[in-house]
Amino acid sequence: MAGTVVSYGTESSNQVRERRARRAGGRMTDTPPPTATDAGQRPPALVARGIVKRYGHVEALKGADFECRAGEVTALIGDNGAGKSTLVKILSGTALPDAGTITVNGAEYRPDSPAASHTAGIETVYQDLALAPDLGPAANLFLGRERRRAGLLGRLGFMDDRAMRDDATRTFAELGVTADTSRASVRALSGGQRQGVAVARAVAWGRSIVLLDEPTAALGVVQTQNVLRLVRTVADSGIAVVLISHSMPDVLAVADRIEVLRLGRRVARFTRAEASVDRLVAAMTGGAEAAAPAAGLADINGGHPA
Amino acid sequence: MSPNATEGRAATAGAATPPPDDIARDGRGRPALARVVANPLFAVVTGLIALVIAFSIVNGSAFASVDNVRNITLDAAITLVLAVGITYVIVTAGFDLSVGSVLVFSGVFAMKVMGWVGGSSWPTALLGLLGALAAGGAWGALNGWLVAYARLNPIIVTLGSLGAALGLSLVVAGGADLVDVPASMIDLGNERVLGVPPVALIALVFAAVAGVVLAKTVFGRHTYAIGSSKEAAERAGIAVERHLVRIYLFSGACAGLAGWLALARFSTTSISGHSLDALNAATAALLGGASLYGGVGTIVGTVLGAFIPVVLANGLVIGGVQSYWQQVVTGVVLVLAVYLDSERRKRNE
Repeated sequence: MAGTVVSYGTESSNQVRERRARRAGGRMTDTPPPTATDAGQRPPALVARGIVKRYGHVEALKGADFECRAGEVTALIGDNGAGKSTLVKILSGTALPDAGTITVNGAEYRPDSPAASHTAGIETVYQDLALAPDLGPAANLFLGRERRRAGLLGRLGFMDDRAMRDDATRTFAELGVTADTSRASVRALSGGQRQGVAVARAVAWGRSIVLLDEPTAALGVVQTQNVLRLVRTVADSGIAVVLISHSMPDVLAVADRIEVLRLGRRVARFTRAEASVDRLVAAMTGGAEAAAPAAGLADINGGHPA
Repeated sequence: MSPNATEGRAATAGAATPPPDDIARDGRGRPALARVVANPLFAVVTGLIALVIAFSIVNGSAFASVDNVRNITLDAAITLVLAVGITYVIVTAGFDLSVGSVLVFSGVFAMKVMGWVGGSSWPTALLGLLGALAAGGAWGALNGWLVAYARLNPIIVTLGSLGAALGLSLVVAGGADLVDVPASMIDLGNERVLGVPPVALIALVFAAVAGVVLAKTVFGRHTYAIGSSKEAAERAGIAVERHLVRIYLFSGACAGLAGWLALARFSTTSISGHSLDALNAATAALLGGASLYGGVGTIVGTVLGAFIPVVLANGLVIGGVQSYWQQVVTGVVLVLAVYLDSERRKRNE
């Protein structure tokens, strides 16, 4: 089903795969992503079961489930306070769950730091960007994973700034991100350009799963379309993309599957074909039992909110 | 890539052209003069040139002589070494008030080490240097741990160390300055290598190395990243706490090196003579373009900035003004530097 919803013309998923392979030739040693064939047959890239997270007396997640598949865009939606951001924090390694299990590509996954999530091939675009504003686009793209010079200088910690800038220029061009890599800092970039840099970083390094937390919240119409196109391209290259969004049109435009959180639990699951704005809103606000298809409710604790 | 090329590609990708203020904010569109003024080194370079011209006119050859330039370089050396450490700390959006006291403590500790070893030759002096670096590094590591892991305010932490290190220096020294500095060290302040005292040469070489490390290495990049956005650095997988401890440790070790150089320069531990060193060093860093908001600053700027308090003091003394005025002026210049920093910040937001 991947790639059939809308056709996006600016770049091919092959290009993205090639770039990924090129970067892998640098310092990273990992397996190539699975190919985008047989989307329906693939096992889930990530499965979360019964996730509980408490903040003091507040239970942000009350046994939430979630899963996403390689080559698909899975939208995670819910009203404010449903637990979306908490779930993202847990998946990206900035918060530890109090209970529950997560597996990534079949292996147990319990990240205690962002670095641990990166090791597992998971990258996150945070709601508030998480770029270092005083560093340039290329420096941000490689932040924490700087490319070093060859030989002794590299072992002494010297960076290969030119290689990073060249690679960043290529990456941005391929992804249609208009960020000038010769700039000394991203402070002067527009919100859309900064978001482009953040998304490009996640896409460039994410080998298995890319999480996007409200990536279009601060963007205009055209910039939003660009980001959504990027999201589609990334999924088509064989990555599992998780899109957290408030925007129902965005979700319906780009998602292959939609999972709905409400009050800390998953209350409904839809495929693209089953979803409509009315059904999604009903699921988010508690009318899920009436509106959601039966298949969506089969494995979710009866679908009753707390 | 020019803004136009960016627009062109954006257009082919089906995107609208970026808003016009994007181009206006791009430095390339502005006239040359505005670009020069916007340069972070503009204030410090103009200030230094103005001071040199003013004092040359007022004091004549007594100021603008080879001997006096040598004096200025020697005086700036110790401030410079401290300022290098403070620059690293300020780039992480921190602060280190303790460097003057840590300098004194390191000097006292080095004297004790050299006293235990005995002799006045090179090996003794080098052991003294190791002692000074270890003592300074230990204070710095303590500061860093309290800032990074206990998450205390760096100004309060290093204000505490400022008092504690000075007190401990007096305890260890027995309340009076230690003056039997090995002869091999005193030579460092008196001899000439390429016309420059070795103390000054050591300081300049040290600053050059520290400048390259900050600008070109992964360590330096992470230092900027942490100061720019601690959260972004954490999310990028940088071990922020560990890095901060290293930064404060480095600042302490700089104070250790400065303490050892001060022994060579003054032939005494001069316990009461460094209460304003942190003021001078921080002024140097901030004048040189380092920002209290973090993420910004260069060692080149700090080197230039380190000469401003020193040239001020030197010129005023030669001109017959009471040397205390230098402290007044340095204080004013520090506040001015912070004001410029906050104005720059407002313009960029």
